[in-house]
Amino acid sequence: MDNARRGFMKAALTAAGAASSSVYAAAQAGGQGQALPSDTALRVKSLESLLVEKGLVDRKAVDALIDTYEHKIGPRNGARVVARAWVDSAYKQRLLTNADAALAELGFGGLQGEHMVVVENSPSLHNLVVCTLCSCYPWPVLGLPPVWYKSAPYRSRSVIDPRGVLRELGVDLPAEVEVRVWDSTAELRYMVLPERPAATETLDEEQLAALVTRDSMIGTAKIAAPAARGRS
Amino acid sequence: MNGVHDMGGMHGMGPVQQERNEPVFHERWEGRVFALNRAVGSWGKWSIDASRHQKELIPPAEYFRISYYEKFLVGMIELLVNSGLVTRAEIASGKPARGSKKLSPPLTVDKVPLLVANGVPASRSTPVAPKFRVGQRVRARNINPTGHTRLPRYARGKLGTVERDHGVFVFPDTNAHFLGENPQHVYSVRFASRELWGAQAGPQDAVYVNLWDDHLEPA
Repeated sequence: MDNARRGFMKAALTAAGAASSSVYAAAQAGGQGQALPSDTALRVKSLESLLVEKGLVDRKAVDALIDTYEHKIGPRNGARVVARAWVDSAYKQRLLTNADAALAELGFGGLQGEHMVVVENSPSLHNLVVCTLCSCYPWPVLGLPPVWYKSAPYRSRSVIDPRGVLRELGVDLPAEVEVRVWDSTAELRYMVLPERPAATETLDEEQLAALVTRDSMIGTAKIAAPAARGRS
Repeated sequence: MNGVHDMGGMHGMGPVQQERNEPVFHERWEGRVFALNRAVGSWGKWSIDASRHQKELIPPAEYFRISYYEKFLVGMIELLVNSGLVTRAEIASGKPARGSKKLSPPLTVDKVPLLVANGVPASRSTPVAPKFRVGQRVRARNINPTGHTRLPRYARGKLGTVERDHGVFVFPDTNAHFLGENPQHVYSVRFASRELWGAQAGPQDAVYVNLWDDHLEPA
């Protein structure tokens, strides 16, 4: 475990409910050497073999689901959508008015993104997506949510103090910018269409997609102009 | 239910901690739990709403102590037992009960791509008339059910405006309790942040909440 990760774990264990976990604690107690499997890991192994033996679960289906969300579906999908919207204004209009159909044009849709809504950021409007009640997140375009998105601090604070949360995460919004927070309380999933950064006129669609970050599509980050990248 | 899962507006949870280059799963077992949960869900014995409610029933201190995928695990075991797919004795031993028949899983590996591509839509084609229209002023009902609801506490009793009608969807508040899908219209309702939080909020800021007909009344 590297230092950054250890630091994160420590923070996660102290922050109320963030990602605190007896499992992580057990893994840490294992020290530098080979960690013993945690109680939870053993429980899961036992449950899986029971479910397979009873014929309730096909182990290969379980492997395929993990492979899908570890390797095939993630924020690069959303980045392609954003880049297309930046270069094709007709596509952008379709995306903002009928997201499901527009996403299907690029082959995206399905599980936990059956009903999509895309909201557009502009110099005068900033959108932020949260699920205060659980962990709803647009899987087909962003993959599975990061721990912080599911954490108590983000879920509790983003509706009452979105500007404070954004400031902490490096987005300082002028008072005159309107902030819209989208609480995903139904089976509608939200993606933010971030602002296209300056000085990108010469970039093609693929190069533009490479600039788009996951957090910019949740609304917790802006996309820096290419020249400024790496300096911030 | 007024549980700790309904966190919008709570204080004291600390800063948002982001992890650089976060992996999709931090431990191998997390991926197994994620996928097992999806696979057993394909038996159709419970809905996503029931599965959410099961996690809400985790006692508050435990809810905060355990991790996200540990909650998945706890909820899944309860649903497996409650639905009769497995017994507590089987969970404890990790072995099928003697003489139990081996079944055929509904989600086989060949069906995974289709599940991922099509999902499980919650919209319904049932012809149900909307009770509210776009632009209408509405009040979120002041309800405090002990069961599942998707109307967060912070919005209850507050005035908002219907911004968009998304059509007809399953109603989680009944569906989570196996009381029927009760399909009805879902709206995006705009609540001014000052209506929700008072003068501390930005004057032009707003929170949009998806609410169903049964969550709303005319203002």
